[in-house]
Amino acid sequence: MALDIKNIRAQFPALHQEVHGCPLIYFDNGATSQKPQMVIDAVTHYYNKENSNIHRGVHFLSQQATDKYEVAREAVRRFINAGSIEETIITRGTTESINLVASCLSRWLFKEGDEIIISAIEHHSNIVPWQMACEQSGAVLKVIPVLDSGELDMDAYRNLLNDKTKLLAVNHISNALGTINPIEEMIPLAQAKGALVLIDGAQATPHTTVDVQALNCDFYCFSAHKMYGPTGVGVLYGKKAILEKMPPYHGGGEMIKEVKFEGSTYNDLPFKFEGGTPNIAGGIGLEACIRFIEEIGIENIAAQEAELLAYATEKLKEVGGIRFVGEAKNKAGLVSFLIEGIHPYDAGTILDKLGIAIRTGHHCAQPVMDRFDIPGTIRASFAVYNTKEEIDVFIKGIHKVKQMFG
Amino acid sequence: MTIQEIQEEIIDEFDLFDDWMQKYDYLIESSKDIPLIDETDRVDDNLIKGCQSKVWLHAKKEGDKARFTADSDAIITKGLVALLVRVFDGQKCKDIIDNELHFIDAIGLKEHLSMNRSNGLVLMIKQMKFYALAFQAK
Repeated sequence: MALDIKNIRAQFPALHQEVHGCPLIYFDNGATSQKPQMVIDAVTHYYNKENSNIHRGVHFLSQQATDKYEVAREAVRRFINAGSIEETIITRGTTESINLVASCLSRWLFKEGDEIIISAIEHHSNIVPWQMACEQSGAVLKVIPVLDSGELDMDAYRNLLNDKTKLLAVNHISNALGTINPIEEMIPLAQAKGALVLIDGAQATPHTTVDVQALNCDFYCFSAHKMYGPTGVGVLYGKKAILEKMPPYHGGGEMIKEVKFEGSTYNDLPFKFEGGTPNIAGGIGLEACIRFIEEIGIENIAAQEAELLAYATEKLKEVGGIRFVGEAKNKAGLVSFLIEGIHPYDAGTILDKLGIAIRTGHHCAQPVMDRFDIPGTIRASFAVYNTKEEIDVFIKGIHKVKQMFG
Repeated sequence: MTIQEIQEEIIDEFDLFDDWMQKYDYLIESSKDIPLIDETDRVDDNLIKGCQSKVWLHAKKEGDKARFTADSDAIITKGLVALLVRVFDGQKCKDIIDNELHFIDAIGLKEHLSMNRSNGLVLMIKQMKFYALAFQAK
């Protein structure tokens, strides 16, 4: 189905503005996407009419807000096909979801000499929490190397797996390179060794169908703000049997059953991991962005982005002197590249002046840049509202950059 | 020339240009005038941490004055640091510490001072003042 992009764009107020006197072209969706009116309205309406604390009050507003928040949880469950809402924990975002698991597992599961496997193309937020877990537990971090293509070295991965492997933590889609990792293949390999598997899905949920039951992963993490939703809210999916055994993370209200000075008992799932008043407006916004995606259809979004990726890649090749970083066969809608002889920072500064928002630098994945021996890349990452016409303007901008610094 | 006079001179030069493109072209030109850091000083210890592009800064004491050389792997950053060196190089340490730089704002490159730019212009200024302070204490 061909999408009515004009109509979709009309739903995003932030897209309709000028930056430095030029129409904004927003290609920094890998960092965060813009928000459609229905998400903005949901959040605004909550604060205008519905604001109240949830899961406690007997009064009308509190019950109404609680209902809406739990509708959001059910929407999340459906969106990723989790088995039950007990497996659907609402967090501050992917980073918190990963930190939650890393912190709890280092207190409960990891022992001296255990091994945690990550990949060479992880975001810092799927590296540092595991380094901290290793420091705390005496576990050792192992890294799956990446091939020149930007794909993971699967032979090396198989060789890393052994009886000491306790966890595999890998991204579904790389934010720096766009590589779609073969997680369907990787998950059972780790589990066959008795390891748990956590998938960082921050870059995946805006672009591809996620079915956690089909994947059979133990944990899956993502953020609302990369999928047209609000910042400061995200999800941790975890298998019920594991979440039940895991110790809690943050202590506080909401997560307890009974508090006595002699000791407290913890609440049932999912509340056991949701200490404190949550980002209620964010949760309601998360429900709205899931509705937005479901109304368009994630397959249609993926098709539109694949078309943009193919077009941008072709046009960049025509420019000449472009070094692509990450050319995996299976790739999401982003191009990461360098213009020969030109620092990404210089390119980004000039493109910004032309109203084009792209990301330059290491994309919070410094080890990836070290691996490819580059200072960083220029990354253009697409969303459903982007167009080929915008890519044409972007290409003109690249020519301008070449002219200025060439 | 004093720090103030050099700043006014730079502002006058940039005033000749109407649009940002010409300003950046001039900044690129300025990058070529940088008192380039010696190859032997182009070491990690002289890197200013926290910049998206690499910036090397070397300072030495000459009487009551500070002398600077620098370089960057990005041209816009190199142009910016070239302007800073032009303002501060050969000035008395006391003047470097006491003077606030207003020319960056005045020539329309204020955005490079924001935290988000990650080109570390603020860090460069801080580092130059830090050297001046250290030399003065010697």
